[in-house]
Amino acid sequence: MKTAAVRFKGVSRHYGPVRAVDEVDLSIAEGEFFAMLGPSGSGKTTCLRLIAGFDQPTAGEVTIFGEDAGGVPPYKRHVNTVFQDYALFPHMNVLDNVAYGLMIAGMPKAERHKQAEGALELVALPGFGARKPSELSGGQRQRVALARALINEPRVLLLDEPLGALDLKLREQMQQELKDLQRKLGITFIFVTHDQGEALSMADRVAVFNDGKIVQVGKPEDVYYRPEVPFVADFVGSSNVLPPHVVEKIAGNWTHASVRPEAVSLVDAGLGVDGLHATVHSTAFLGTATRVSLDLDGFSMVALLPKGTRIPETGEQVHVKWSPEDLHLMDTA
Amino acid sequence: MRSDRAPLGLKIAAGAGLAFMHLPIVLIFVYAFTTEDKSYQWPPPGLTTKWLAVTWNRPDVWEALSLSLRVAAISTAIALVLGTLCAAAVSRTKFFGREAISLMVILPIALPGIITGISLRSAFNLADIPFSFWTIVLGHATFCVVVVYNNAVARFRRTSGSLIEASMDLGADGFQTFRHVILPNISTALLAGGMLAFALSFDEVIVTTFTAGQQQTLPIWMLEELVRPRERPVTNVVAMMVALVTLLPILGAYYLTRGTDTVAGQGK
Repeated sequence: MKTAAVRFKGVSRHYGPVRAVDEVDLSIAEGEFFAMLGPSGSGKTTCLRLIAGFDQPTAGEVTIFGEDAGGVPPYKRHVNTVFQDYALFPHMNVLDNVAYGLMIAGMPKAERHKQAEGALELVALPGFGARKPSELSGGQRQRVALARALINEPRVLLLDEPLGALDLKLREQMQQELKDLQRKLGITFIFVTHDQGEALSMADRVAVFNDGKIVQVGKPEDVYYRPEVPFVADFVGSSNVLPPHVVEKIAGNWTHASVRPEAVSLVDAGLGVDGLHATVHSTAFLGTATRVSLDLDGFSMVALLPKGTRIPETGEQVHVKWSPEDLHLMDTA
Repeated sequence: MRSDRAPLGLKIAAGAGLAFMHLPIVLIFVYAFTTEDKSYQWPPPGLTTKWLAVTWNRPDVWEALSLSLRVAAISTAIALVLGTLCAAAVSRTKFFGREAISLMVILPIALPGIITGISLRSAFNLADIPFSFWTIVLGHATFCVVVVYNNAVARFRRTSGSLIEASMDLGADGFQTFRHVILPNISTALLAGGMLAFALSFDEVIVTTFTAGQQQTLPIWMLEELVRPRERPVTNVVAMMVALVTLLPILGAYYLTRGTDTVAGQGK
């Protein structure tokens, strides 16, 4: 087996009583597009900072291409970061920003500027070198930050919520471009995001973080369709996580189960799941479908009804139904 | 409120206020060129530039001026180093007692100079330190540090912390990061703070009175001259010089910091 690009062995980072990262084990292969997904404060950004070297673990070991990174400062790691706020140097023009790493490495001016021009072309910003970062739009700054990191030919590129500050349309475009770029360069990308759609659509593998721990690692389809714990079902798939008393009633000895909103249909009395009575709480028209929020014996559930089905009124009594194969069972607590 | 046209009365009042503040300064300048040197007679009976030459040939003026410049330069240099370090510590890290330290750094400029002066004098006496050039410098450094600190801390707060991390991430060690990223971002703030500190030190009287031995800085020399005048207009020539020497750095500092309200790392 090849050496992992990045490996965490029992890594913890505690700030006093706060366990930002708690005994994380992780292995990221070379050339992989890896996403760290989780709500804010779940430890994903701290993990990224541990790889970059801005922070040191309180316990455990981080290795980068087999070498222990303990105590190695950021400037001695073959790892580069695209920051959430881009962190472009405001007193330099775009070209000098991109060429910064080469300047520090001692490359002569003419040569590093030539390479920086090339890097700007790679991110589709040719001829922008003379501008100041303050004269660029958010999307352009993002690309400059990307060029500035890539010009150093890192073995691992870290991206900290790089699309967070962009508007929806630009974000979708950049998602595609980042993915293409990663394929083209073959560099390991480690991508931190709280946006499940982004993680699922871009990454080869996704690690879902919660409370400083990784709760599930896997391919996007696995994480989405086969969540191992209720948190993943809820956070990644926005699935309906059924409470234990309902699970007991319909599935016997399993403890948790989830069902995806698009798998839920509303049916006449007698055809639904036994003993489940629902009241329509609200409906929202989404274009291709309508989202119906239901109140089901004291817990809420969401059904996504396709175009063409009858949409119930708010307050109406309905019955819910799903195919047995759409019920995803989990036996962890 | 309508603000496009002010009533005449207000305009006159504002003009009178400004005149009250600045006419005496003009008087000082005019008397530097008067032909009459026994009493300040108005209007001056005639104008002459001979006092410039007289001043030029007075060794006591040169001594005082040189002492003032040296004191201002060295206290400013000390203030630049200590003020920047302190500002970096307070704005970059969180530690117990941070706010208290911030307050203690600023306090010397809020305290009346006479308190600073007396306390320094008794401290020097207790420690058996003879009054010298260096005691004056130390006295001035107490308030010069504040000016530099205030300027630097404001700039540090506006500079995004990720700039430093970005520089380290791109291969620069601590020294390279300071030279290529931190210094260019805070340089105008340091220049402005340094100029203000220099100007403050150059015309300081109260603290100097308590911390100087036999030496006379320029402002102290002027005070002496007013009490025991020889060739009165010489004092006016010196006053004019002091006004120019302190005014120029302050104007410079104003222009340097004016256009830089939105700097450094607001990269969103």
